[in-house]
Amino acid sequence: MTPWVEFVVAALIVIGTVFALVGSIGLVKLPDVMTRLHSPTKATTLGVGALLVASIISFYHWKGKLAINELLITLFLFLTAPVAAQFLARAYLHLHCDSAGDLPATNRPCQWSTFQCACPPDAEDGSAAKP
Amino acid sequence: MTKPSEIASPKLPFRQRWIPHPSLTGVMILLWVAMANNFSPGGWLLGTCLGLAIPLLTQSIWDTTPKIASYGNVLIYALVVLWDVLVANIEVAWLILFESPRDLRPQWITVPLDLRSREGIAVLAGTVTLTPGTVSCDLSADGRSMLVHCLDARDIEEIIRRIKTRYEARLLRIFR
Repeated sequence: MTPWVEFVVAALIVIGTVFALVGSIGLVKLPDVMTRLHSPTKATTLGVGALLVASIISFYHWKGKLAINELLITLFLFLTAPVAAQFLARAYLHLHCDSAGDLPATNRPCQWSTFQCACPPDAEDGSAAKP
Repeated sequence: MTKPSEIASPKLPFRQRWIPHPSLTGVMILLWVAMANNFSPGGWLLGTCLGLAIPLLTQSIWDTTPKIASYGNVLIYALVVLWDVLVANIEVAWLILFESPRDLRPQWITVPLDLRSREGIAVLAGTVTLTPGTVSCDLSADGRSMLVHCLDARDIEEIIRRIKTRYEARLLRIFR
């Protein structure tokens, strides 16, 4: 049994590090801020996920301890990565974009919320979602 | 202006007054026990204290409770997103390693939203960020359009159709 477990754990560690490395290469290789945002939000989630699964398997097999809390790290990563990406994107919008020219139209009677805080009450049903 | 909930709270029944969000309380207890990796009675007791106290202390944030129409659909949605995250990782890794950045056509697109629930829109925005080639960046001030940045926008219609049919349609069945 043990060689198989060792093989699986080793494979997961290699997969995890390869994806983490690719995420970092993307950060260097992609041309501007917005395209660079794509690389850490995606390529690293699988990297960290594979490393954590390897850690859970090895702890369970050699120490007999089931470490559920490591699964939660993946969950928290799923919750925090999009929030961090959104903050970076909004900072970019504030610094480099102008609401009229650079962005596509909202197709609504208001601006993107980075450029307009409050929206006049909606004529249709008045149930505008809060930004 | 006083919120309606503040006026009404002393008259609410015991359960609604002290456990305003039972499912939030349940999730917090399970999360605490799993995070501390401590399944002893002491762990459950501390988790229960936190699960009761935190929703009460943060009640000003939770002014409404989202209605989940079907927990089966939540599970299906989670599996679909997990699978897509896996695919997204491999696609983005391929793009980074083997394609020249000059061939990419990054572009902003506007996605009209049919979802009205705040929680639903938050889940959709997170999903769009974690799945292939798209990062959600902003909402229109009335919350009815989403600004999405595409890494490689060769087929904008296809990207919008994918977001709307694969994710938004499923979320519309979950958040009523």
